[in-house]
Amino acid sequence: MKYVDEYRNAEIARKLVDEIHRITTRPWSLMEVCGGQTHTLVKQGIDEALPKGVRMIHGPGCPVCVTPLEQIDKALAIAARPDVIFTSYGDMLRVPGSTTDLLSLKARGADVRIVYSPLDAVRIAVANPDRQVVFFAIGFETTAPANAMAVRQAARLGLDNFTVLVSHVLVPPAMTAILESPTCQVQAFLAAGHVCAVMGWTEYEPIAERYHVPIVVTGFEPLDLLEGILMAIRQLETGRAVVENQYARAVKREGNREAQETVFRVFDVGERTWRGIGTIPASGYHLRPEFQKFDAESRFEVGDIHTREHPACIAGQILQGTKTPLDCTAYGVLCSPQKPLGAPMVSAEGVCSAYHAAGRGLAAPTAFPLYDLSRPLSEAPK
Amino acid sequence: MTEKRAAVDPFGGFPDEPAGGGPEPGAAATPAPDPSNLACLAPIPERARVLLGHGSGGQLSAALMRDVIGPALATAGGAPQGPLNDAAVVDVAGGRLAFTTDSFVVSPLEFPGGDIGELAVNGTVNDLAMMGAQPLALSLAYVIEEGLPIDELRKVTESVARAAARAGVRVVTGDTKVVGRGAADGLFVNTAGIGLVAAGVSVGADRAAPGDAVLLSGPIGLHGIAIMSVREGLGFEVEIASDTQPLNALVAAIVAACPEVHVLRDPTRGGLASALNEIAAASGVGLDLREETIPIPGPVRAACEMLGLDPLHVANEGKLVAIVPAVAVEAVLAAMRTLPEGAEAVEIGRVVADHPAMVTVRTIVGSQRIVDMLVGEQLPRIC
Amino acid sequence: MCLGIPGKVVEIRDDGALRMARVDFGGVRKEACLAYLPEVGIGDYVIVHVGFAISQLDEEEALKTLELLRMIDEEGMAMELGSMPAETAAERGTAGSPASAGSPASAAPPAAPGAPA
Repeated sequence: MKYVDEYRNAEIARKLVDEIHRITTRPWSLMEVCGGQTHTLVKQGIDEALPKGVRMIHGPGCPVCVTPLEQIDKALAIAARPDVIFTSYGDMLRVPGSTTDLLSLKARGADVRIVYSPLDAVRIAVANPDRQVVFFAIGFETTAPANAMAVRQAARLGLDNFTVLVSHVLVPPAMTAILESPTCQVQAFLAAGHVCAVMGWTEYEPIAERYHVPIVVTGFEPLDLLEGILMAIRQLETGRAVVENQYARAVKREGNREAQETVFRVFDVGERTWRGIGTIPASGYHLRPEFQKFDAESRFEVGDIHTREHPACIAGQILQGTKTPLDCTAYGVLCSPQKPLGAPMVSAEGVCSAYHAAGRGLAAPTAFPLYDLSRPLSEAPK
Repeated sequence: MTEKRAAVDPFGGFPDEPAGGGPEPGAAATPAPDPSNLACLAPIPERARVLLGHGSGGQLSAALMRDVIGPALATAGGAPQGPLNDAAVVDVAGGRLAFTTDSFVVSPLEFPGGDIGELAVNGTVNDLAMMGAQPLALSLAYVIEEGLPIDELRKVTESVARAAARAGVRVVTGDTKVVGRGAADGLFVNTAGIGLVAAGVSVGADRAAPGDAVLLSGPIGLHGIAIMSVREGLGFEVEIASDTQPLNALVAAIVAACPEVHVLRDPTRGGLASALNEIAAASGVGLDLREETIPIPGPVRAACEMLGLDPLHVANEGKLVAIVPAVAVEAVLAAMRTLPEGAEAVEIGRVVADHPAMVTVRTIVGSQRIVDMLVGEQLPRIC
Repeated sequence: MCLGIPGKVVEIRDDGALRMARVDFGGVRKEACLAYLPEVGIGDYVIVHVGFAISQLDEEEALKTLELLRMIDEEGMAMELGSMPAETAAERGTAGSPASAGSPASAAPPAAPGAPA
């Protein structure tokens, strides 16, 4: 695949690793913001190939993971209604709410459908005029243009059976919240490449300056991450703190103007609760008043939502980067991708699922032994 | 349903399972019940129902066998003996008969590269072949959904005939049932097959030994992606077709080159990763793979990228893994490559004594990463 | 969610008010909305995220990145000798406050020869 394979070259990867080792003279803690970046780091074992003192703290860049429990529970309440076709990106289906999840609801007969693009949800609404179609509009700034366009399309088509349940979150306020935390250990950031492809990087310049942290806009392939880490460490080693762009082939400083215009036409900025982290002011998008009729929360009475997180789940601390899955007593025991307690274990971009898929910290293999049926169950497998 | 203790089993063991029912995979040792888990988190009822994931060939499927089917069969003393292989081998006067059965529930019935009829015949022929057996005869049972166009039924059956002829096997018996609308996805097919295990051949999932080479007959991921490309909602066009094909000729060639072949396995549901994990666990060995040697066609990789799937978990229908003593590698690869179905055969790794029951792969930065079985339902039903 | 993959635009059509494209991702073809990249034409490469093309790939930049990566050995040596290519940081679009120490191009690492941490 063009623009993909070249960035997976093993020889260059090893050279980059060597170069990082060569220039690193002190311990550093870097945070990669985006879940997709975490996934590549863990899957390729890049974080384990770095110099011992260089620590990658995994950021909260997994929109599935940070969607507040309230929104999940509201989604479940709406999806359970017989008149509703509930549409969503695939990842959200297994995220645990307070008592159940969308996939289980689907198993019980709710009309829950996975869509690849928000426009598919609009098409479903057009094709089913007598049903209410609700789309779970989650994501970071990367996904906002798509979600916004779905709303505009619905408006253009004059649909009265299409609404969105919005739960958008923004990256810069999250970074600021992390930097403001008294326990913050992050010294440099790898900014999310596709978020910046949409928004550009002008919002990061004041952050780099104010907190004196290098910020490198980074892509998602192994070579991108290695180069991003190298650029960040170069800055750290020389005391610089500016915004640099590693993902130059896809990101420009001003971002995508058309996308931004549509996003700001449909959404405005407001406070958002991040699951496991708390409420961060001005950190999310809400529908503008002129698009209120497309707001699922207005259209559907969802009643009292009492949320309850599983007591053993430490997703909040993991999302803030203060703990890793290896610090979690439930990880691999009570909590696994098949029976997740929290969102980071269920999302493809979640830290816990990345670790689990790579077998990290699992004392015994999760590979299920082919058992000998003549052997009593209580005997340990060979 | 009274909850004696909250399930600690990460595979969603059924709530009535008594405490201490076997070690949980992934736990260092059987943990004491976690007091925080005894708090009143209401059991999610779905944990006591069969989920789609139980049919996907991964960990859930294995759990279903372990917790439900196996014990139930054992109650009347009728449990199969020995490790689970693709087919059972039964001693009959003078020889060994391989016996297998499989059900095919693929939707849609027709997909790029084949249809459910072809899939059924090849699947069963291959299960026999994986025991080193040449197929003798097949049975064919249909469960038809009311309303299925007769033409489709005819087409599928003609496919069955063609596939059987290609594999050199006959369909000798069968059955037909019709169920009401909605009770079957158009058509469910069950096939059973018997075959004669070649003399001197003794393959089994538990026979891999440290030092053995792991061979793969060709590129992976084709069937699963071909199916997904026609499933509603995921609509993408792709130039690839299912790789469904009979492998008995390939197995004959392998056995001729190396009668002491240790393991043969066709990685269907759950993909290459699940099949290798089962073998590693059954044999109590580790497997080390080299990522760059595993052949994955461009479009398969691209589709997996788009959908966030791991090619190692995608189903195949015309590929096999052969685990052979290292000295036989050249001979076996040469033999495989003489046939079109083995033209791209390669060595993808080795069996090791380290990390028993674990499969690892070497990444491009040189790190080693564990390759796990498929967990639950990641793909739509594909066979 | 950040899953954005590069693909080549092979067909363009209008679907009502929306400009749609058929994009080829290494052999897999899927539809994507081009509303946010009005300048893109057939043969161009784009990054597609949840069915929308959000960015056009800049071939020149891509080649430059790869070139720099391939040169990483020589570049490392050049940095040590204090003669890092001047265009690197500026060309990559570094933006920083005037108060940041020194000019990016002349930054040299501390004298300690590459002792890994």
